[in-house]
Amino acid sequence: MTLLGVTGLRAGYGAVRVLTGLDFSVDEGEVVVILGANGAGKTTTLRAVCGMIDAEGEVVFEGRDLVGRRTDQIAQAGIGHVPQGRGTIVDLTVDDNLRVGAYRRRDHDITADIEHWYEVFPRLGERRSQQAGSMSGGEQQMLAIARAMMARPKLVLLDEPSLGLAPLITQELFRRLGDLNRERGVSMLIVEQNAGLALGIARRGYVLETGRIAVSGSAEDLANNDDVRRAYLGI
Amino acid sequence: MSLFLTQLMNGIGNGAVYASLALALVLIFRSTGILNFAQGEMALYSTYLVWFFTARNFPVWIAILIAMAISFVGGALIERVVIRPVERASPLVLVIVTIGMFLALNSITQVQFGADAKQLPRAYPGKTWLPGNVQISADTLVLVGVLVAECVLLYLLLQRTRLGLAVRSVASNPESSQLLGIPVGTMLMLGWALAAALGALAGALAIPASQPALSGASMQSILVFSFAAAALGGFDSTLGAVVGGLIVGVAESLTTQYIHPLHDIVLVVPFGLILLVLLVRPSGLFGTRRVERV
Repeated sequence: MTLLGVTGLRAGYGAVRVLTGLDFSVDEGEVVVILGANGAGKTTTLRAVCGMIDAEGEVVFEGRDLVGRRTDQIAQAGIGHVPQGRGTIVDLTVDDNLRVGAYRRRDHDITADIEHWYEVFPRLGERRSQQAGSMSGGEQQMLAIARAMMARPKLVLLDEPSLGLAPLITQELFRRLGDLNRERGVSMLIVEQNAGLALGIARRGYVLETGRIAVSGSAEDLANNDDVRRAYLGI
Repeated sequence: MSLFLTQLMNGIGNGAVYASLALALVLIFRSTGILNFAQGEMALYSTYLVWFFTARNFPVWIAILIAMAISFVGGALIERVVIRPVERASPLVLVIVTIGMFLALNSITQVQFGADAKQLPRAYPGKTWLPGNVQISADTLVLVGVLVAECVLLYLLLQRTRLGLAVRSVASNPESSQLLGIPVGTMLMLGWALAAALGALAGALAIPASQPALSGASMQSILVFSFAAAALGGFDSTLGAVVGGLIVGVAESLTTQYIHPLHDIVLVVPFGLILLVLLVRPSGLFGTRRVERV
C-alpha cells in the first residue's frame, strides 16, 4: 500500500527552480533510497515534502494532501525528518532532545521509550545529561534518529545520514537503520551519496539528476545498472 | 557604614527592576535573536494601563493583573503582526523595526492617555524600616520579592513543563523543533507575550517607587539600565539578567552617593558598563560561548 505518493513535485528557492516535476512513492514498510550527485535536488526534495520550502504538485501521505501545510503539521501527521547536518538541538541535554522528539505525544510511555532508545544506542544513555552539542558526529547522528523515532512516525526521511561520518560508523548506522525498518516496520526515504550501503537496506531506489528522476527500479536493479555503478558506486 | 548599607539596599531595589526588564529582554533575545529596543515603551504603555484602571477605582493589584493580561495578549500580537513579517531580515532591519516600535508606542501612549504626568499609586504601603540604622524601604522588599517570584515561576515554566521544553528547543534550533511538530510561531508569540507581561509588572512597581510621576519618558532611563544589565549578564542568560540587574542597580546607587561629579549624569554608569563588557567579555558574565562539535 502506498504510504507517500508524490506526483509532479516542483520546488525551488526563490526564482531558482530545483525540482521540475518529480514522481516517486514509498510503500508501507518500505525503505526507498534517492541517489544523486551534489546539487541534483535530493535535499530540496525532502524539504519540499516537509513543507520547509514552498512546493507545487501533489504530496499525498496516507490519503491526505500535504502541500501547503506547515512543517509542524506535517510532522504531526506522522513524518519524521532527520535533516542534513543532524539538526541537533545543541543547547539541550541528550535526554531533553529525546523528550522534544515526543512533543506531540500525549501517552505515558515517553520515559519508557527514552530508556528503550538508550538500550538501542548505549552511547546516548551514557551521555543523557550532557549538552547534545558536545557529542561526536556519529553520536549526534544516532541522537537525531532516536529523536525522530520518539515521535513514533510512520515514515522517516533521512537526509545524507552518512555525511561526515567515518566509514565504520556509517556501516554501523545503516545496519541500525535496517534493523529499525525490520523490527519496527517504519518506512524510510533515504537520500544518500553512499549508494552501496543505502541500496543494501533499500527495496527500491530512484536516481535524481538535475531535478528529475532519471532512473528508477528495485535496489537490486539499480545496484546492477551500469550507469548507476559508474556514477554512484565508483565501480 | 549604615549609609553604605542603605545605598546598597536601594541599589538592590532598583536592580530588581532592571533585572525584571532584563529578563524580558533575554526571553525575546534567546528565542528570536532580537534586541527589543521597544521593551521599555511596551512596559510604559502597560503602566499607563495600570494607571487607567486605578483611575477608575480598581484596586492597584487588580489593575496590575489586568494590565499584565492585556500586555500578554498585546505582546503576542506584536510578534505576530510586526515581527513575524521581518523575522528573517538582517539584524539591522530588526533593530530599526524595534526602534520604530519604540517611537510608535511612546506616541500612542501619549495620544491615548494624554501627555500630562500621572500619579500612579503604590500597590502597597510605602513604609521604611530602620534595623541597625540601615534604611530598608517596602519598595526594596516588594521589588526583590517580585523578582524572586518571577524567577521561580520562569524556572518552573521553562525547566519543568513540556511547554517550557518546547520554548527552549525553539530558542536553540527552530528548524529541528518544527520538524518534531512544535509550532515555532506560537512559541515565539509566547516569548513576546511573557516579556510584555513581565515588563508591565516591572513598570507598574518601579515607577511609583522611583519617580515622582508617570510620564512619557518614565521608562527610558530604566531601559538603558536594563540593557546594561542584560549585556553584563549575557543576553541569552536568565541568570545573567538577574545578577546583571542587581550589579547595575548597586553600581548606580553607590555612584550617585559617592562620586559627586556623576550625580547628575548617572547614565554614564550603564553606558560605561556596556562598553566595558563589550570590550572584555562580549558574551557577558553568564552568556554561552557555544559548545558545538560538527
